[in-house]
Amino acid sequence: MSRREPTARGAQVRLCIGLGLLALAAGIAGTAPGPHGGHGDGQAAFDMSPYQNTTVGETTSGTVDPDAYLTAVAASTVEQLADGTTRRTFEIHVVNKEIEIAPGVFFPAWTYNGQVPGPTLRATEGERIRVRFTNLGDRPHGMHFHGFHTAAMDASMPHQQVAPHGTFEYEFDAEPVGIHLYHCHAFPLTLHIHNGLYGLWIVDPKQARPPARELYMVMNGFDPNYDEENEIYAVNTVAFHYARHPIQVRQNELVRIYLANIVEFDPINSFHIHATFFHYYPTGTQSEPRDYTDTILQGQAERGIVEVRFPYPGDYMFHAHKTEFAERGWMGMFHVVPEASGPEGRDG
Amino acid sequence: MAERRPTGSWVGAILAAVPILLLGAVVYWLVDGGARRWFATDLPAVENLYVLRHVLEPDTIHLDIVNAGTDAATIAQVIVRGAFWDHRVTPTRRLEPLDTARVTIPYPWNTGEPVEIALLSASGLTFPYTIQVASTTPVATLGALARFGAIGLFVGVIPVGLGLTWFPFLRRLGSGGLGFLLYMTVGLLAFLVVDSVSEGFEVASQLPGPYHGKALLALGVFGAFLALAGIEAHSRARRLAVGSAAWLATLIALGIGLHNLGEGLAIGSAYVLGEASLGALLVVGFTLHNATEGIAIVSPLLAGGARVSRLVGLGLLAGAPTILGCWVGAFTYSRTWSVLFLGIGAGAILQVILAITGRRPLAEHVTPAHLAGLALGYLAMYATGYIVGAA
Repeated sequence: MSRREPTARGAQVRLCIGLGLLALAAGIAGTAPGPHGGHGDGQAAFDMSPYQNTTVGETTSGTVDPDAYLTAVAASTVEQLADGTTRRTFEIHVVNKEIEIAPGVFFPAWTYNGQVPGPTLRATEGERIRVRFTNLGDRPHGMHFHGFHTAAMDASMPHQQVAPHGTFEYEFDAEPVGIHLYHCHAFPLTLHIHNGLYGLWIVDPKQARPPARELYMVMNGFDPNYDEENEIYAVNTVAFHYARHPIQVRQNELVRIYLANIVEFDPINSFHIHATFFHYYPTGTQSEPRDYTDTILQGQAERGIVEVRFPYPGDYMFHAHKTEFAERGWMGMFHVVPEASGPEGRDG
Repeated sequence: MAERRPTGSWVGAILAAVPILLLGAVVYWLVDGGARRWFATDLPAVENLYVLRHVLEPDTIHLDIVNAGTDAATIAQVIVRGAFWDHRVTPTRRLEPLDTARVTIPYPWNTGEPVEIALLSASGLTFPYTIQVASTTPVATLGALARFGAIGLFVGVIPVGLGLTWFPFLRRLGSGGLGFLLYMTVGLLAFLVVDSVSEGFEVASQLPGPYHGKALLALGVFGAFLALAGIEAHSRARRLAVGSAAWLATLIALGIGLHNLGEGLAIGSAYVLGEASLGALLVVGFTLHNATEGIAIVSPLLAGGARVSRLVGLGLLAGAPTILGCWVGAFTYSRTWSVLFLGIGAGAILQVILAITGRRPLAEHVTPAHLAGLALGYLAMYATGYIVGAA
């Protein structure tokens, strides 16, 4: 990689901190309008309050928990079968639930286990997977997994959907290695996906990936007025949630982000991190990264693994570099705390 | 009279009250009694937020909102040009039907650009509002009052006054010329009725449902028409100089004045809303348009003659309301008042037309000159109105 002059890097950092503070101020929801700045000559007295791209307020209904979605995996039970294979069982139900997708804005979602995105299912390559599925909703639903399975487990055609109050057991082997998706494939498909029936399905290699701070991010969107255009974009459902509640990581710590795009109505989504570069492993199926960059694109159902370290402490934005999406809620912050010891910055 | 029973007064009161009491009982039963669940539906509440007006200050957008629906509505978030934006709502985000609120958005808008804003409600509905051309909303400073007063002066008072200066020339015309002019006046006024009513319908259609804009317009039209008819009847009863030339001229000036009040409201508000670039051309259009109104006022006076002071008074009665309208329209614009005054103007002018043409049966006296005047009057307004364009 190319190395910049220290002064240039310093300027870049200052710029990023400035933008970060701006975003933080946005996160505070405009409760403290007034001069911000002090990061350059002649800025001290300038009023930045008209420049706050943000929702106002905080989600208070308790119907969503993006901080939990970021790190939690679905509970499972594990048993050894007679032939020596491991069988992992998940319990999933569909339930209708009104969720708060932005402060004060409510959406009548269809959910897996009461959350959007659905719980992150995670297993190790070669394990036998069983998903005990119950439909508590009022429409036919199912779980269509990306990965290898028999035709009977595909859950895509109308006769394969589970009727309301019905149950089904999906069984397949965890393969191939990588980050995948599961989602409802009932018709009308756009409606079932858009309404919230999707989640991550992660197959770990038998030889575990290096230890890292692991985060799950599903880029999603909502069209609460049903005009087939999204009014709200986010990672893990709630507009600007991680701008109001920055994700805390440590300086130079390896951060592994399992990232997927499920946005309806728009052809692409994108992911961009400030002030650092990341290795990108599309679909997580290869051991070598395809790219070393700070911005990637994903179409719907595209997914991949982002491995990143932050060389400097401070606050850094991450957002769709489809700025329209960023301005509609798909913007968050990393709060990088200094390493316990050692100089500030990777290069001292 | 003889059959009325002497004890009838309190019995009558009770009998009159019975239907009202029964109606109250039915309403109570519907609202609070068992009937409610019969009529309840599973339909969710449909929020309906309506933007009454906007006020632009440097780096700040204010929107005045009314809940025009039948259920409570909540302003949850604000989207400006596609981006969620910081804002505050006073007094409350949740509005009961017909409650109002002000949304204040600190936003770096740029002069001359359109601004698309959407209110996002708690149920996820969007209520779009467009500021056509952003410019700082005038506040009632002395300078702004003078500026809008000047617009009113040029659009209303000066052209009417100029029209009046034809008086000496017009007096030299014979009786044939006089009839021609009177019917030209009818043509002019007929155009103004059409203009007022169509403009009134247009603004009325922008009002939220509960305001019943079209009914309000009709109230203005019929109210003004009947009020002027009533005044005339009252004056006749007192043997005042009804039907005299002076009376008719005053009536015409009053009708035109009410119309010009509505016109001034429209001009002032169009300017503020950025819906019309009130350039010199528009002022020119209105000036030509309104100059013809002066002729209309003096035409009944030609046979007799009039003092200058009377002419000035009539000119002010017809023209000065434009200034008032410009002020009200610019500083406290309300579509509701616009609709009402456009209606009042139309009703008043209708009464004036009747006063001119109704003096004698048409078939007895209408000449080709009259018809030519009628057509010319209407076409003159049409032609000068063409310059005004959309306004």
